[in-house]
Amino acid sequence: MNSFDRTKRGPLTSVDWPIILTYFLMLAFGWLSVCGASHEIGDTNFFAWSSFSGKQIVWMGCATALAFVLLMLEERYYDMFATIIYVGMMVLLLITPFLSSGVKGSYSWIKLGAVSLQPAEFAKCATALFLAKVVGQHGFSLTTKRNFTIAVAIVLLPMVLIILQRETGSALVYLAFFLVFYREGMAGSILFTAFAAVVYFVIGIRFAADPFPGSLSSIGESVVTVLIWCFTFGLWRVYCRYDRFIARYFWAGLALLVVASLFSAFIFTFDVAWLAVGLCVAIALFFAWRGLSDRLNSYLLIAAFTLGSLTFFYASDYVLNNVMEPHQRVRINVLLGIEENNSGAGYNVNQSKIAIGSGGMLGKGFMNGTQTKLKYVPEQHTDFIFCTVGEEQGFVGSAACLFLFLFLILRLIYLSERQSSTFGRVYGYCVASVFLFHVFINIGMVMGLTPVIGIPLPFFSYGGSSLWGFTLLLFIFLRIDANSKNRLRQF
Amino acid sequence: MASKLNLENRKFVIGGIAVGIIIIYIIRLLTLQLLSDDYKRNADSNAFRKDILYPSRGLILDRNGQLLVYNEPSYNIMVTMQEQKGVDTARLCEAIGITVEDYKQRMSEIKDPAKNPGYSRYKPQIFMSQIPAEEFSMFKEKLFRFNGFSVEKRSVRRYAGGYGAHILGDVGEVSPKDIEESDYYRSGDYIGKLGIERSYEKELRGEKGMHIMLRDVRGRTQGHYANGKYDRLPVAGKNLTLGIDRELQELAERLLQGKLGAIVAIEPATGEILCMASGPSYDPRIMVGRDRGTNQRLLTRNPLKPLLNRAIMGTYPPGSTFKTTQGLIGLQEGSITTETMFPCAHGFNYMGMHLGCHGHASPLNLVPALGTSCNSFFCWNLYRMFNDRTRFKNTAEAMTRWKDHLVAMGFGYPLGVDLPGEKRGMIPNADYYTKHLKKWNALSVISISIGQGEVTATPLQTANLCATIANRGYFYTPHIVKAIKGGQIDPKYREKRRTMVDTRHYVPIVEGMRRAVLGGTCRGANLPGIEVCGKTGTAQNRGHDHSAFMGFAPMNNPKIAVSVYIENGGFGADFGVPLGALIIEKYLRGKLSASSERRAAVFAARHIKYSTDR
Repeated sequence: MNSFDRTKRGPLTSVDWPIILTYFLMLAFGWLSVCGASHEIGDTNFFAWSSFSGKQIVWMGCATALAFVLLMLEERYYDMFATIIYVGMMVLLLITPFLSSGVKGSYSWIKLGAVSLQPAEFAKCATALFLAKVVGQHGFSLTTKRNFTIAVAIVLLPMVLIILQRETGSALVYLAFFLVFYREGMAGSILFTAFAAVVYFVIGIRFAADPFPGSLSSIGESVVTVLIWCFTFGLWRVYCRYDRFIARYFWAGLALLVVASLFSAFIFTFDVAWLAVGLCVAIALFFAWRGLSDRLNSYLLIAAFTLGSLTFFYASDYVLNNVMEPHQRVRINVLLGIEENNSGAGYNVNQSKIAIGSGGMLGKGFMNGTQTKLKYVPEQHTDFIFCTVGEEQGFVGSAACLFLFLFLILRLIYLSERQSSTFGRVYGYCVASVFLFHVFINIGMVMGLTPVIGIPLPFFSYGGSSLWGFTLLLFIFLRIDANSKNRLRQF
Repeated sequence: MASKLNLENRKFVIGGIAVGIIIIYIIRLLTLQLLSDDYKRNADSNAFRKDILYPSRGLILDRNGQLLVYNEPSYNIMVTMQEQKGVDTARLCEAIGITVEDYKQRMSEIKDPAKNPGYSRYKPQIFMSQIPAEEFSMFKEKLFRFNGFSVEKRSVRRYAGGYGAHILGDVGEVSPKDIEESDYYRSGDYIGKLGIERSYEKELRGEKGMHIMLRDVRGRTQGHYANGKYDRLPVAGKNLTLGIDRELQELAERLLQGKLGAIVAIEPATGEILCMASGPSYDPRIMVGRDRGTNQRLLTRNPLKPLLNRAIMGTYPPGSTFKTTQGLIGLQEGSITTETMFPCAHGFNYMGMHLGCHGHASPLNLVPALGTSCNSFFCWNLYRMFNDRTRFKNTAEAMTRWKDHLVAMGFGYPLGVDLPGEKRGMIPNADYYTKHLKKWNALSVISISIGQGEVTATPLQTANLCATIANRGYFYTPHIVKAIKGGQIDPKYREKRRTMVDTRHYVPIVEGMRRAVLGGTCRGANLPGIEVCGKTGTAQNRGHDHSAFMGFAPMNNPKIAVSVYIENGGFGADFGVPLGALIIEKYLRGKLSASSERRAAVFAARHIKYSTDR
């Protein structure tokens, strides 16, 4: 009875209003920031077509219209046309470089009369829809190798096509779909391995030059080898049956490392890291033997993880110092804070940190930011838009902005979980993951925490393509969610 | 295999990742925005360009309101390295009249951090400085064609005449040390280097103003910050009125031509310095503009040291002018009275000690002793005082008392004139002799009683002694600046400084100095209608004697006290007396009589030969 009543109501009444409210709040906040970033002091002609803010108003109007249309469409169309949309999109991505005239070395833009569009921004939505449709098929399970390969292929195809357009940043966004895979059953160890690789790399390279007190090895090498030791046992505890002998071996190894460090510091100096490496290799060989003899796959995989970790760490060090070009090495060193290079590779990030840092608690006020206004920050109305928020609105405004995003992402996760169909849930997670990745990389980049990867901040950065792309992504999900038949249960 | 419920729990992992990222970013925001000021400071230096507005430097006037120093516009050509690329060097050099080699050299100097500490590619640097207005107007029109070159309007000092260099001093670019010592100065600013330009730098310079301009990443100006709310207008420097009489100063410098020495005149009632000349001098006008450096090098290398202001930096044996102090101390300490007579048999002879004197009546008392400048009288006077065991326990104690008297009269320490570099002269004390002579007594130091031996004084200190006698026992610290427009001179120049000698004891001293003019050593200073009092000095030294004179007039209610000191000028009467008389006449009468004018011309032309290998 209830359910009948709800289907009678239109999508506008059952749609998730908190998200729509957040959406418009962000649009308004974003538009003010574009005004601040693109207008010179004293110039208050925010609505002129010639200015970025004037154009952005038009893009926002179009986006609102698009959102309304998306809500009015029958939600089953999205499921129905997902394949066609995906295939069409891939074809478009393939031919884009041939249609594009090439802007700043990127071949991702298509000129349509007065506006330029970037198909890559819309491909995210198509990929999400198709992925949701495929994963939502009956009997599809990411835990099987075959299905997992299909899912990864769906994501990798647009990535490769976009890399061919020389838009590596936009391509990396597709890594966000691995979060969706994780939710749908991909082994957590894959996510953990990726995380561990990042940790090894950052710690290993960052502290490669600082000697560990009382030892011949560097802090980076010592910490990473001990981490590998600990991670190995962490994985063993999670994936294997408890074994008192192995647990004792682990603690004994840890104690031995401590004693060895003290011995090296006070009695006879030697390379402690090599001891840790030796212990790791020993346990890996033991696990491998155990895995082979007892046919325990998890033991074999953990052994592979341990040896892989060691190989990765020493290889990355070697690659950085002997294989990479000097300018690439500089970029990595600047990011990790080893080198100060404020005029070269570090210039953009240094200027954006100055802009944000100068905002203080309450900011300099709307249209009073000197750093962004005087163009010290590059790409300030697009990728570096968060600088304007930081400078003009201060800590309060920036934190509010971060909380808006957090609310949006958590709300999307919550809405995804209440979908009755796998299609709805997978699509919802796709949307949440893409937003999370954009926020993580973009805001991290302007604050000097993540690499400089040129991707926009959703709803804040200037630009029609990205705004429409995100609107499309978000409102298709809202439309799916608005159909209460798709809801798992009433909250 | 994980169950469906287990998978649903993974929403917490994904949500947790989101929460974790946001928390880390909030912490990062905290450190960037709230915990560090560095970024704010960086932002300011990024975006603000401070345009300095230079105040006009204060004018300098003489005691009658005549201009001595004023300003004239001059121009600096500035270059901003970042913007000057692609300039047609040959045409630029042609336009401003320099050679391409000059251009290259100047450019490398600008870039050299040792020579140009505040160098920045983005800020205008001085390319050529102090170009006079008339020269500048020739290439003003051409300059705009060259990117990165701009013009800064400044001003230079102009002088009414070629005199007063030692007092007025000069202005030059700040040294790296000046910049280090004061926040006020930036590279390229001007600062007073010598004379009152230096000692009154704070009053003369005014306060710089500032326009805070916003500039974008290419350095282009984007208007005033906050509509000029924080801009400051410059405050012009204060005008100084000196105690110097322009014409008297001119005369004094004329009379010193071709001589080493000094002439100082003081108004006794105020301590204002009426003229202060030092020979040799130089024309202050050569120390302005682009030739300043070359001319300064020449002056520094000149063996006669024209940059030395001998009036305050030359320490000479004062000679017989010093005898007046001995008479005063003797009277105050009771070693003599006005009636006390001492013998003089062509000098002071005692216990094998002989100190010669010229022929005159003997024995004699204080007034004629001053009039004839008897050496013997003052030797006996000191001998008596130092051996007066009713007053002093020992010679050392007497010596200390003697020294205290002289210090109170302004000797032995810098007087505190408002010019940089004043020397203290030398008044020995007991410790000094114990250290250098081991065993000593009144006889071994007897020459200090006639202003010889270890005693030295600056011409200013002698002029001040003269003013003290004219005032009968007090003086005001001599000073150059009489008034500061819109300010106050140092209150120490308004404080009366008394000596330790009673006023009544000055009466016979004045009488003796009058006697010297009427019928003694200073007859050349006897001006008709003016009661001049004077005392000559002939100071022995390794070469020819120094000629000295001090005198004041009129005897009652004195208007001027003057001291003249001419190195190797011979007897006091040879140069000291006539020059002193001309100064007194000029000041009291306003002009020189026709015969005096002729005499002045004669003395101005009478040059003394000095060996240049000193």
